[in-house]
Amino acid sequence: MSFPADYPYFVAAWILLCGLYGIVRSRHLVHMVISLTVVQSSTYVLLLAIGFRRAAYAPVFAGLPVGARVVDPIVQALMLTDVVVETTVVALLLAMVVKAHEKGGTTSPDDLRFLRG
Amino acid sequence: MKAGHRLVLFAASALGIAWVYCAGALNMPAWGQYRGPYGDAIAHLAVYQRHATDTVNAVTYDYRGFDTLGEEFILFSAVTGVMLLLRPEPGRPEAKKGKSSGNPASFRDRATLSETVQVFTTAIFGFSVIFGIYMATHGQLTPGGGFQGGVILAAAPMLLYIAENTDAFRRIVSHPLVEFLEGTGAAGYALIGVAGLAMGTAFLTNVIPLGTTGDVFSSGTIAAISACVGVEVAAGFTLVIFEYLREILSREKNEEP
Repeated sequence: MSFPADYPYFVAAWILLCGLYGIVRSRHLVHMVISLTVVQSSTYVLLLAIGFRRAAYAPVFAGLPVGARVVDPIVQALMLTDVVVETTVVALLLAMVVKAHEKGGTTSPDDLRFLRG
Repeated sequence: MKAGHRLVLFAASALGIAWVYCAGALNMPAWGQYRGPYGDAIAHLAVYQRHATDTVNAVTYDYRGFDTLGEEFILFSAVTGVMLLLRPEPGRPEAKKGKSSGNPASFRDRATLSETVQVFTTAIFGFSVIFGIYMATHGQLTPGGGFQGGVILAAAPMLLYIAENTDAFRRIVSHPLVEFLEGTGAAGYALIGVAGLAMGTAFLTNVIPLGTTGDVFSSGTIAAISACVGVEVAAGFTLVIFEYLREILSREKNEEP
């Protein structure tokens, strides 16, 4: 394991930290939700990097002999469902933003102090 | 908390995360040298055990079917949440308007849409419906499956909206059948799982005959669950799109003098 050869692992970490930085510095709730999707996309990069294998095929055996060298199908299945589910969760978060703006007249995370549990 | 303090706190935490992450990553196998064994085992067994050539979907809808059921219900409850939050409130107070810069909701100002765009977007509508159905029903053979097919199907009404065929768009997305289909898709998945119980085996066991490998009607419950997920995702996304557009349009109406 060395840095230049294994850069995808570090790309994932970089995307994670970029997204977290976006959330911390966010001044707008929509910006915050999008930063959260950036954080989430780092997990896709990490999962695919773990399952990747050099000189291997996609794990689809339509026209590929069984026993061929393929990349890991499990990590792909893990992220496949998440891509779609994430979108609806983002839709839910944005709906909350719409309501926060409607009730409080603000879209800044710092001004949400009117919220009471 | 002041922005400066927050940044210092973030920098410290980020360094901590980076340190722990690097310590973990340095002990992982080198990139491109995946050494299994689970991925290899499933990739080589799925074709024999489940008669499915796309092993990713064999994992999603069969080996890991119970997790996917959970994810499907995350999707279902998120869509329900959107519908609940954005429901039209009778006699709701005029939305408090912050200092909104410009008016992002003015969809009707696009008088410049060319006829070419309108004609071609409408022409692509049929194509994307067919393509979405193809995707959702061939997931067991080639890359695709219910999640992807459902999203493509839900994008089809949006094309009508872009082409400003608003009447047809409204007829499709506000149809009561959409809500019914969303529930049916989610329930269908669970019922296919229960079928295993009814036949005396475990929940979500592949109890439908597996058919011939490479055939559309092969792989048993994988194809059936994939189709259910396709219906659920397509209907769920359509509902989300509809709720947001209704929200935008009601705002537009409020803002008109």
